[in-house]
Amino acid sequence: MLVMLAAIEAAGLRKSFGTTRALDGLDLTVATGEVHGFLGPNGAGKTTTLRVLLGLLRADSGTARLLGGDPWRDVAELHRRLAYVQGDVALWPNLTGGEVIDLLGKLRGGFDPERRATLLERFDLDPTKKGRTYSKGNRQKVALIAALASDVELLILDEPTEGLDPLMAAVFRGCVEEERERGRTVLLASHILAEVEALCDRVTIIRAGRAVESGSLADLRHLTRTSIAAELAGPVSGLAELPGVHDLQVDGDRVRCQVEPDQLDQVLRRLSSVGVRSLVSQPPTLEELFLRHYEDDVADDGSTSSEGSASP
Amino acid sequence: MTALVGTRALVRLALRRDRILLPAWIVVFVGMAASSASASFDLYPTVRSRVLAAGSFNGTQSLVALYGRIYDPTSLGGIAMIKMGGIGAVFVAVLAILIVVRHTRAEEEAGRLELVGATVVGRYAPLTAALLVALGMSLALAALTAVGLTAAGLPADGSFAFGFAWAGVGIAFAAIASVTAQLTRSARAATGIASAVLGFVYVLRAIGDTAGRTGPGWLTWLSPIGWGQQFRPYAGNRWWVLLITVGFSIVVAAGAYALLGRRDLGAGLVPDRPGPATAAPTLRSPLALAWRLQRGALLGWAAAFTLLGLVFGNIASSVGDFVSTPEARDFITKLGGEEGLVDAYIRLCLSVIGVAASAYGVQAAMRLRSEETGMRAESILATATGRVGWASSHIFMAILGTTLLIVVAGAGAGLAHGAQIGDMGAGFEVLGGALVQVPAACVLTGIVVAAFGLAPRLVAAGWVALVGFVLLGELGPLFELDQWAMDVSPFTHVPEIPGAGLIVTPLVALTAVAALLIAVGLIGFRRRDVG
Repeated sequence: MLVMLAAIEAAGLRKSFGTTRALDGLDLTVATGEVHGFLGPNGAGKTTTLRVLLGLLRADSGTARLLGGDPWRDVAELHRRLAYVQGDVALWPNLTGGEVIDLLGKLRGGFDPERRATLLERFDLDPTKKGRTYSKGNRQKVALIAALASDVELLILDEPTEGLDPLMAAVFRGCVEEERERGRTVLLASHILAEVEALCDRVTIIRAGRAVESGSLADLRHLTRTSIAAELAGPVSGLAELPGVHDLQVDGDRVRCQVEPDQLDQVLRRLSSVGVRSLVSQPPTLEELFLRHYEDDVADDGSTSSEGSASP
Repeated sequence: MTALVGTRALVRLALRRDRILLPAWIVVFVGMAASSASASFDLYPTVRSRVLAAGSFNGTQSLVALYGRIYDPTSLGGIAMIKMGGIGAVFVAVLAILIVVRHTRAEEEAGRLELVGATVVGRYAPLTAALLVALGMSLALAALTAVGLTAAGLPADGSFAFGFAWAGVGIAFAAIASVTAQLTRSARAATGIASAVLGFVYVLRAIGDTAGRTGPGWLTWLSPIGWGQQFRPYAGNRWWVLLITVGFSIVVAAGAYALLGRRDLGAGLVPDRPGPATAAPTLRSPLALAWRLQRGALLGWAAAFTLLGLVFGNIASSVGDFVSTPEARDFITKLGGEEGLVDAYIRLCLSVIGVAASAYGVQAAMRLRSEETGMRAESILATATGRVGWASSHIFMAILGTTLLIVVAGAGAGLAHGAQIGDMGAGFEVLGGALVQVPAACVLTGIVVAAFGLAPRLVAAGWVALVGFVLLGELGPLFELDQWAMDVSPFTHVPEIPGAGLIVTPLVALTAVAALLIAVGLIGFRRRDVG
């Protein structure tokens, strides 16, 4: 990977609200020009992290750099170069969607009217309706259009497709692809795995206020198992004795199992020695990655964390 | 009756939400009533003193316009409770409006009614629950006030009549608010329309009470506030007047149910029209946004203040005609006047205007907090707008609005008074007397901003301070409080214009206090977390 200046660099962020610890030593690095997924269940600390990065909250400890500046002190300069879409967009009841898009664009320091028009059409949004009459999805669209039409280097999106229907979610994905091509950096917080999987170059998984895993999707897949389903020419034996094979089910000529990455070669060799009629192998979905991390006991929390955050 | 299913659960929910608000208000009301009553024993110990005081009160048109008439000059209760029966009833009406809108339209606007509506809750249950809570509040207030007044030493039958006169006003305005809550999609507008009705019927009563033998005295009978006073507590206790209030409330509330039956959840009767697809070129700064958000309310307030000023100014010159005896003079002095009675009356009116304008400032500055908790501030603060820039925009609107209201009311009063006596110089003096209220009124905005920066959960401290200052001003002289206690209120320091000359020092000091409070608030806001 090219060594580039990181767009976002946060280390050891801690933030407590009363007795609740929202962030507990969070590390996050987002390289310039990448689409970075920020994945975690509700209440993991995603929004708190974003709010620290936006200078809305002040971290109790830890450091954060955003586009080379201090998010708490250099607010105006930094915010001119980024756009943010809240998870739950609130609009002013008596302003129209079009007015809000223009206002936010102007306050950010300018936007492209042509792009605004294109986006309105693509997202199929009526800009003449008052804020109070929009549905949740339409409020989301207003904020997304305002952000995407702005001429900024960094987009920070908090669960942007919540409330969008599948068609609009696809439009959104198209837009993020374009942003990537234009070389913009995108930080996409989400708990929708398919979305992150489809869009992101790299992913940071957060749990209970700390990053438990961070790396490219390929990197993360090395940490998990491939599932294999095969139909063989005859019965196979000895699979169970191989290290790194899990959840083995043998039903006559059919075999299903989960294999650790470094044992894949061994297993395939054993199967092909019997003769393979059909083979389906699936890379782990983020779903599985996710489940693994959240099923984990707290006990091995620390070790996973140190492994994960070392990867960039 | 399926349309009412779930009412009981909603009443419980409302009582749970208001478990502090309701008892606190009731305690304040009962305390106000009982303390006014007990303070009056020393002021008017003999029947003679009461007759003289009541005679001069009833002879002073401006006082009758402001508070109503004393119907039995010999009764202590009548004279002791005259202010509470007029101004106090307005507060009861405000409380009833707030309760009903809070549990109907505000919930609907926030989308929470939808959450509730999807469960087993009938169509009419939320409105019914809100009305029941307002009704229960009114009755509890009536009973406790009656007990409080009786305990203070007033006759029990008159005290119960007084309590139920208040309750009647509360019930009538709960019904009125239940209608206004159906009209628009916004809770703010529903409260605004109901408050405008309140202002209107107060003026109706004022005109009716001050009308001569041939004048439109019947106007009093069109006003729920008037009904409260025509109940005549301690002066005949005409319980039958309560029937008018109850009948009116039933008819009006039935109207609300009919409107509710015809509209969709979330909708108003006035449909939303589409607006502009693009923002006006001027909508490009936080200040432009603040203006856009607050201008409608401000223009409404400004219209009301202009009217108020004209009414006050119009009555002013007639004040002197009615006060001839030394006892009457003495009575006016006790109410806060000094030598020139017309001047004293004008100052009284201008201080009412100053207090009311500061209430505008308080609610305008509290926008800061509601924008923050409504997550809308976040959208703005995530742009290149700094915190101070954003907060200043709403603070500016609060100060500008407070000043504008005082100017239009002062100009209205000055114009009307000047025209009456044919001396525009006097009119300008009235305007000057209004302008000196501005620094004191702005201190209230400062208190809200300071709370917003330092302890944002306590922004309602602005209201507490305002009510506290009003009580100090109204009840302080009755209790003969020490000067230092009176000095806590910024309104104590306002120079007495017209009458005495302009003293600059208190104006500078009040301005400095307001500026300091705002600065402290802004510094606090810069340092704290948002949200």
